[in-house]
Amino acid sequence: MKLIQGRAWRYGDNVNTDVIFPGKYTYTLTERDDIAKRALEDLDPTFAANVRPGDVIVAGRNWGCGSSREQAATCLVYNGVGAVVAASFSRIFYRNALNNGLLAIVCPEAVAAIQPGEQVTVDVDRLVVGCAAGEFSFPPLSPSIMGMVEAGGLVAYVKRKLAAP
Amino acid sequence: MSEGQQPQTFVRKALARAAGLPSVAVGQVVDARPDVVLSHDNTAAIRRIWLEFGQARLWDASRLAITLDHAVPAPTTKHAQNHAEIRAFVREQGIRNFFEVGRGICHQVLSEEAVVLPGQCILGADSHTTHFGWLGAFGAGIGRSEVATLWATGELWLRVPETMQVTLRGALPLGVTAKDFALRLIGDLGADGGIYYAMEFSGDGIRALSLESRMVLPNMMAEFGAKSAYIAPDQAVFDYLAPRYAARRAYREGVVLTAEEAQAAVSADALYPDAGAAYAAEYVYDAASLEPYVACPHSVDLVQPVSQMTGTVVQQAFLGTCTNGRLEDLAAAAAVVRGQRIADGTRFLVIPASSQVLQAALNLGYIQTLVDAGAVIGVPGCGPCMGNHMGIPAPGEVTISSANRNFRGRMGTAQADIYLASPAVVAASAVLGRIGDPREVAGEGVTL
Repeated sequence: MKLIQGRAWRYGDNVNTDVIFPGKYTYTLTERDDIAKRALEDLDPTFAANVRPGDVIVAGRNWGCGSSREQAATCLVYNGVGAVVAASFSRIFYRNALNNGLLAIVCPEAVAAIQPGEQVTVDVDRLVVGCAAGEFSFPPLSPSIMGMVEAGGLVAYVKRKLAAP
Repeated sequence: MSEGQQPQTFVRKALARAAGLPSVAVGQVVDARPDVVLSHDNTAAIRRIWLEFGQARLWDASRLAITLDHAVPAPTTKHAQNHAEIRAFVREQGIRNFFEVGRGICHQVLSEEAVVLPGQCILGADSHTTHFGWLGAFGAGIGRSEVATLWATGELWLRVPETMQVTLRGALPLGVTAKDFALRLIGDLGADGGIYYAMEFSGDGIRALSLESRMVLPNMMAEFGAKSAYIAPDQAVFDYLAPRYAARRAYREGVVLTAEEAQAAVSADALYPDAGAAYAAEYVYDAASLEPYVACPHSVDLVQPVSQMTGTVVQQAFLGTCTNGRLEDLAAAAAVVRGQRIADGTRFLVIPASSQVLQAALNLGYIQTLVDAGAVIGVPGCGPCMGNHMGIPAPGEVTISSANRNFRGRMGTAQADIYLASPAVVAASAVLGRIGDPREVAGEGVTL
């Protein structure tokens, strides 16, 4: 798994899926670029225009609470977000992220240390998040879940499984 | 409980059943095979993912349940195309449990049609799939890729969660509802207070709730971060489900069941937690200590007693949704507004949760009472809850709603405020033009 390096986009607790990807677009926007442009529209209007591939979202407790809409994860993937590091995740967002190959890292210590805009690294092999304040370790994902993430997500993983003799 | 086994919570039994295992441990990841897989207006998007698997046929079409509810009837050509794509898929795959525009909201419809039964497992591409705990099923929300995977393979990984038990002692006071209990719990413990937990509700206060009130609690637990929620199914649940189950099997499958056979079918897989099961967290509430509450913008856990918020002016009152759009909710609203007029400068939008709710409310005169008072009646469905359909507020406006979410932007504009409350409080606020306690509006002896 590659090393993720990018700038930290720092957000608070209980950020919900309606501000990550508004419900009014869920049945009208289907193209990747259109979905990407609406990412975090009602939370941080500067995000979609300025995010760069590899950037990391750093958030407090319960990131992604609310709706099951998968675009809350895919709108970040389509913008090249490298990982979301949070104190905790809403369970459906957590599943949607991993199922789309987006790393969701639970690491409250790193969240407390990381400043907005600073350079952050996520090293999945060594299980550490790095920032100016130091390195913070996070628990490993199960091998089967990691296999799915590395395959590019659930659909790619299941495709491979269905194709296997 | 078999000998030598430790006492188990409901969720351990339900996920063991779903995974085809004799027992499962908390923390174990299992491959669950759900009895029912729910989707709604998002079915066309799920189909596009499913097509990537290259299958011509679904793994098991009889397990799918599809309801058109999120934007109905179609407000734009784009929405109409989405619905058309879903209908074509339903025909092509022979999906029997398909419910058209106007039948109602998925969780209400699948309850009314007894598609999900006690002890069963339902996974749905909708966060409020926790709803089905009202009848003693395991229900959890999942993402679209996961539903596509279930369509293709029938199974999906789930981690067996810890269980939180919440006990309600005593009967709710007059004017206090299951919604108020849910808001109080979430207000006390936070919007992530139940994160990753399976919830179990227990106590004489829960058993005393009407079936429609029971539906509110597991539904609202999606806002608490919970994975699922459960209320032990009693004879009232079986009596509700049995004739509905028989009617659906007869209509959709041509299978004729006797009343006894239907009773046996709906109760066959019911599961109950063992006495002495281990809970990771336990809370006890005295019903007498509860009062009507509102959740303030922009988070469900910013909960205040209604009495603290009575000055807040509202431009729109919205009664409906899978949380509180049922017959007893319309009855409560009708009781509050009977003989009154909606305040100048305030709109009152009422959207029944299903066509059956609408018909019953027509027969009982509730719709007449509501329209007499100045309410607007919408088509059964999700309405403006998620900003997709009619009844959307303008920037700067305030809505009081019987729904489950008041996130910023939820109803379409980030510049609107949403307060959440019980149906009676919503109706009282419509009459007063500001947030109000139903006891201010309703006359003596009115049952709220």
